[in-house]
This record gives sequence, C-alpha cells and structure tokens, in this order.
Amino acid sequence: MLDTGDTAWVLASSALVLFMTPGLALFYGGMVRAKNVLGTLMHSVFAMGLVSVLWVLVGYTLAFGPDKGGLIGGFDFLGFSGVNADPHPAGLGATIPHSTFATFQMMFAIITPALITGAFAERMKFSGYIAFMSAWLLLVYAPVAHWVWHPDGWLFKLGALDFAGGTVVHINAGIAALAAVLVIGKRKGFGKEAFVPHNLTMTILGAGILWFGWFGFNAGSALGANGLAGSAFLATNLGAAAGACGWALMEARKGGKATTLGVASGAIAGLVAITPPAGFVGPMGAVAIGLIAGAVCSWAVGLKFKLGYDDSLDVVGVHLVGGIVGSLLVGVFADVAYNEFGADGLIAGGGFELLGKQTIGVLATLAFSFIATMIIVKVVDATIGLRVSEEEEISGLDLTQHSEVGYSLSESSGSFTNRPEPAAAVTSSPSHVRVAQGGEA
Amino acid sequence: MKLVVAVIKPFKLEDVKEALEGVGIQGMTVSDARGFGRQKGHTEVYRGAEYQVDFVPKTRIEVAIDDDQVDAVVKAIVTGARTDSIGDGKVWVTDAEQVIRIRTGEKGTDAL
Repeated sequence: MLDTGDTAWVLASSALVLFMTPGLALFYGGMVRAKNVLGTLMHSVFAMGLVSVLWVLVGYTLAFGPDKGGLIGGFDFLGFSGVNADPHPAGLGATIPHSTFATFQMMFAIITPALITGAFAERMKFSGYIAFMSAWLLLVYAPVAHWVWHPDGWLFKLGALDFAGGTVVHINAGIAALAAVLVIGKRKGFGKEAFVPHNLTMTILGAGILWFGWFGFNAGSALGANGLAGSAFLATNLGAAAGACGWALMEARKGGKATTLGVASGAIAGLVAITPPAGFVGPMGAVAIGLIAGAVCSWAVGLKFKLGYDDSLDVVGVHLVGGIVGSLLVGVFADVAYNEFGADGLIAGGGFELLGKQTIGVLATLAFSFIATMIIVKVVDATIGLRVSEEEEISGLDLTQHSEVGYSLSESSGSFTNRPEPAAAVTSSPSHVRVAQGGEA
Repeated sequence: MKLVVAVIKPFKLEDVKEALEGVGIQGMTVSDARGFGRQKGHTEVYRGAEYQVDFVPKTRIEVAIDDDQVDAVVKAIVTGARTDSIGDGKVWVTDAEQVIRIRTGEKGTDAL
C-alpha cells in the first residue's frame, strides 16, 4: 500500500543523496593541486552520468533482483523492467513505488565508487577510470549491496545491522581504495614534496554539501517519513558535529592549531561512522560515535606516511577506518528502544552477540572487496592502463586528460584552431542592429 | 636614469605607494612575488602533515626615475616599508639605459 508521505520523503532524499556527489567533487577538488582540479571534479561528476546508465541497465537487478543463493540478484529487473509504481516484490520499501526505491539506490551507487577516486587522485588515466568504475560497480558494489540490504542476502539474514551503508558504502569503498593505490602506485614526489591543497574554501563548501546531503542518505534509508527517519536524521547531525569536535580536540591535544581541513575531515569521519548505526542508536550514542570516529580518523590519516601507500585524499583514513569504527560501534550502542527491528548492543544489555555479527559483516566486506578490487585493477592495468605517463602527471590531468584548465588567469590564451568559416554569418546583417537603429530614428 | 626595485611585505604596499607619491613619483609597476631571506619560510599543516613553506608572499615594486631622484625615492620606500621586524625586504638600484613611452615615442627623461 503506497503512502504519499513516505514516497515524498524518499523522492526528496534521492535528490539529497545525488547532491552529495557534486559536494564530494568540491571536497576532493579543493584538496588537489591546481593542475588536477578538473580531473578530480570529473572523477565524481562523471560518475553521475556513467553509473546512472549502468545502474538502469544491469546494476540494479544484480543488487536488488530476486535472490540467487544469498549472493547476488537475478536478471528480472534488467533495464528496470517491471520497476514501476508497485512496491518492490521482496518488501523493500513496502509503502513507496519500486521505481522510487530503485532511484534512491541509484544515488548510493553513484557516490560509492566516486568515494574511491580520492585515493588515486592526481595520476589516474581517464579511460582507466571509466573501466575501473564500471567493473567495480557491477562486480563489487552490486553483490555487497545484495548481501547486506536484500532480505534474502546472507549478511541480512545473519542479522548484521547496516542502516545506511557502513559496510556496503564506506568499508567497501575504503578497502577498494587501498587495493587500487597499492596497484597504481605513489604520485611522483610522494613523501618528499609537499602536496598542498590548492583551494580549501572549495573543500569546506564541499564538506557542507556532503553534511546536508547525508540527511537524505541516512534519514532517507528509513524508506519512510516516520519516527525512525526522525531519529536517524538527528543522529546524523550529531555524528557529524561530534566528529568535527573530536578531530579538532585531537589537533589541540597535539599542541597544534585547529585547522579548517581538520574540522571538515572530522565532520565527514563522523558522518561515515554514524551511517551504519544512524537508525539503531539514540542521540547520546551518536555523539559518542562521532567523537570516537573524529579522534580515530585524525590518527588514521597519518598511517599512509608510516606504511608508505599514497592514498591521495585519505579515503582509507576516513572512509575505511570511519566505516569500521561505525559498524563495530553498532554492536556497542544499538538499542531496540530506538528501532524495534534492530537489536540490543553491549550497553543495552544485548551482550557480544551483535558485536560478533557486526565483525563478520566487516570482515566479509573487507575480504571480498579487497580481493575483487585487486583483480579488477590488475586487469585494467594490464589492458587499458591505470596510470598516466610521467610527463602527463607532471603537466596535470586537466590538460592531458580533458584538454582544459581549471583556472585561466590570463586574458590572452591562444587562438582558434578549428574556427568555422565566418563568411556566411557576416554577409547577413544582424537583425538586432536594425532594430536598434530604428529605435533611434 | 635608474630603475629602483623593491621587494616588500605585501601589507606595506599602500604605505610605500603614498610615500612615493609624496616625493613626486607618478607611476610604478607592482607584481606579486615569492621569496625568502634571513626570515626563511613558515610551517603549514594539512591533516596532521606539516610542511615547511620556504617561499613567503612578497610584493615587488619597480619604479623608473631620473638620477637626481634616487635618494628621495629610496628613502620613501624604506620609510614606507619598514616594520622593524625580520622580513621587511630589500631595495636595489640599477642603471636604466633607455626608457621609451610607447604612446608618443618619447625617449629618455622625457618618457619618465
């Protein structure tokens, strides 16, 4: 039975989640060097084009089609066939149209692979990016979404809780990011030169847009306009807020200054961590989870220098670590008082059972995503190629991959090389000129 | 004729400009520059990673003048740019062999 309020909220949430991707583009784009700003924006923005089309064609049915052994969906919804105004046959969003559920999920499918792109920023070949994103969406994202969110998926049946995508989105993207950078290698000069963010104002605005859109991501995952959506909405804001505080406190504790990039990163870390528990914890749980995530992630972003992998924009430090923190803390802070379909964690007296299930969910996602992503990047590297040439890397992705520059500060930038013949346009005198003369006379 | 070049702290540009106008200078060229002297650079921190930035922002001023103006112009720049702290910058004077005003073709001191 369709509910108009529920449908309206999920439609609005879909738009909010889509808006996160240009927000991510700005968040990432500000952190790279000026010569790579467009290439970095493109990695997020083009996902809106590429993934939307792939999702309709085949991605959706692999994730949410009729279950095959708890592992993957069947081909019934190929090309969105049968995805119409009736609810999803397996009861996913029982009060909203199937097409609305499928569209909401499309927006998640767009941003998840886009998150990974921050790791290989500043050195990825655009054709390699297209191949990687397409393969990863269909071979990694779709199966994991099926395991966790389809009622017949094996992790769903196990009772592992993931409200809005801690495993499917953040751990999945975060560990894929690690696999990708291990294969693509470090940027030229990593660890020696300072790669200073070229425009942190962009990054802060992007973080704000992500925070705003995250209300759709988490509260929309209630799939209805109800009390659960309300409590997930509140938890989302508190997770982000406490994450920003946690990161800033760590900076102050180390005797440094509170930085804008630190506060923005802390907010994102808090949002990542509150994603799996948003619908299962109360406000105080949300504050605790955000604080812990902000503090832990501020430490985790330093790991790349210690361990020597070049995760350009800290996808591992923020999304992988934040996702693991949030997914495990579900087992600590979850309380059926906030969601009758949830479970009690450690504090609410549920013992270690939920924490154990959460751990299985985390480990399964880590193992599958790492191995499958490793295979994808190796194959792309061996065929199309992942990495631009050294010369292209030095010149920057904007010019070499897209024939554009992000910032043209000189008035004289060259002349046309493919200008059309002007003869025809000049001989017919423009009509607006005659009108103006007539007006004067 | 002389070319006076000064590299100063950017926030002192307005003071220097007023001081130069005060001694009758009618034109100057200003550009953004980066550099360091004994002051050295500064530290920036991004997500906990500290970087030493060797080159700090400076403003470079160029003024073409007649020989008898040198002392007044140098004094004006030094007075206008001084904060008495490290990093105030430098002024140097070189010979200018020829100056031409593009619009009229005037040469030498007439073009100043």
